[in-house]
Amino acid sequence: MRAGGGFGLGLSFFLIVVVLVPFSVGPQNALLAEIAPGVLWLGALLACLLSLDRIFALDWEDGSLDLLATSPLPMEAIVSVKALAHWLTTGLPLVLAAPVLGLLLSLPQEGYRWVIISLFLGTPALSVIGTFGAALTVGLKRGGLLLSLLVLPLYVPTLIFGAEVARRGAEGLAVTTPLLLLAGITCGTIALLPFASAAVLRVNLR
Amino acid sequence: MNLNTLWEYANPKKFIQTTDRVLPWVAGLAALTLGAGLVWGFFFTPDDYRQGSTVKIIYLHVPSALMAINAWLMMLITSLVWIVRRHHVSALAARAAAPVGLVMTLIALLTGAIWGQPMWGTWWAWDPRLTSFLILFLFYLGYIALWAAIENDDTAADLTSILCLVGSVFALLSRYAVNFWNQGLHQGASLSVAPGERMAMTFKLPLYVSMAGFVLLFVALVLMRTRTEIRARRLRVLIARQRMEHA
Repeated sequence: MRAGGGFGLGLSFFLIVVVLVPFSVGPQNALLAEIAPGVLWLGALLACLLSLDRIFALDWEDGSLDLLATSPLPMEAIVSVKALAHWLTTGLPLVLAAPVLGLLLSLPQEGYRWVIISLFLGTPALSVIGTFGAALTVGLKRGGLLLSLLVLPLYVPTLIFGAEVARRGAEGLAVTTPLLLLAGITCGTIALLPFASAAVLRVNLR
Repeated sequence: MNLNTLWEYANPKKFIQTTDRVLPWVAGLAALTLGAGLVWGFFFTPDDYRQGSTVKIIYLHVPSALMAINAWLMMLITSLVWIVRRHHVSALAARAAAPVGLVMTLIALLTGAIWGQPMWGTWWAWDPRLTSFLILFLFYLGYIALWAAIENDDTAADLTSILCLVGSVFALLSRYAVNFWNQGLHQGASLSVAPGERMAMTFKLPLYVSMAGFVLLFVALVLMRTRTEIRARRLRVLIARQRMEHA
């Protein structure tokens, strides 16, 4: 994350996406309020995606990734910590910024709580899945577009359940089922995906 | 030398030799069953009393949808074989199957849209089955793009295999996630052992024949493409060797 500008860049991107939405769909508050949870989720997801290639790129270029690989720490731990770092610098700020941007989209009163909760629960999964994608494309020049193509389909379940929690919450419906499923996706990816990311990284460092 | 190199060199050769004999038969049989099934289905079955003759697109739609999923399943198995046994033909077969699966998915989506227009009054609906096929299409695209992006053959095989494993889990997750997300417009399974409203034998038999035709077509295409991949790789090695000698 050093010198990457990942921290501010993701946030600014999130802001820009949300600001552009009223320009594209029109300034009706009722319509904006209805789509606000989905727009916030999509914006957060895209902002997350934007900073993925920075997870390993700089360490790959200056060779510190090789040093990390030869360290006594298992590769699984390295990718997990990398994912955690990505979440702390990208996911968490997005969660904190979401309510402010919700204001711009006239998000209904009940929605704030569930947008924050769903993003807080869901963005770790986005970071872990994204770390897998970043590990896949680490050695490639101009891998950014490929990274998006690989990662976006993997984001589908997280997005569905996360946005469903936010939408149902904003409409005042019961959110337990999608909330539990979202939590399940996050826990499952945190538990299992680092093994795949580590395996992929080992191949790329061969 | 060791067993690893034995696998590496012996098997592609044996594969080519075996498929030399098998491929014409499979291809011929595929053409025969596919032709028979489609002609039978299109021209020698009665129209459905509710759907009219539009129902006949089922002879393309169902078999291609079947193969779209089975192609991914085959890629999953061959990817596992590659990861476990380092069997080069296996990795190449997975690579060869991907574009075929992609086209099968596309055929299923397109015929579905053409069928959906008169029946549902819409080309597209965000129905779970349609949506999960679209997602499957994206998985195929990503898989093929990753193969194309990586220069080193073994690295590409390793990375795409792991992507295939992870992708399978997420494709399955997506399948159930979209079920949860939207209720369906698509009819239930046309062929099933479970009791319920099912197709009559007159429609079912030609459907079975064209399904067999699609399976054979898929096998023939994958065999053919795998042979091409093996030869392309040999060619690359030969060209590289020649360059080394001249340099």
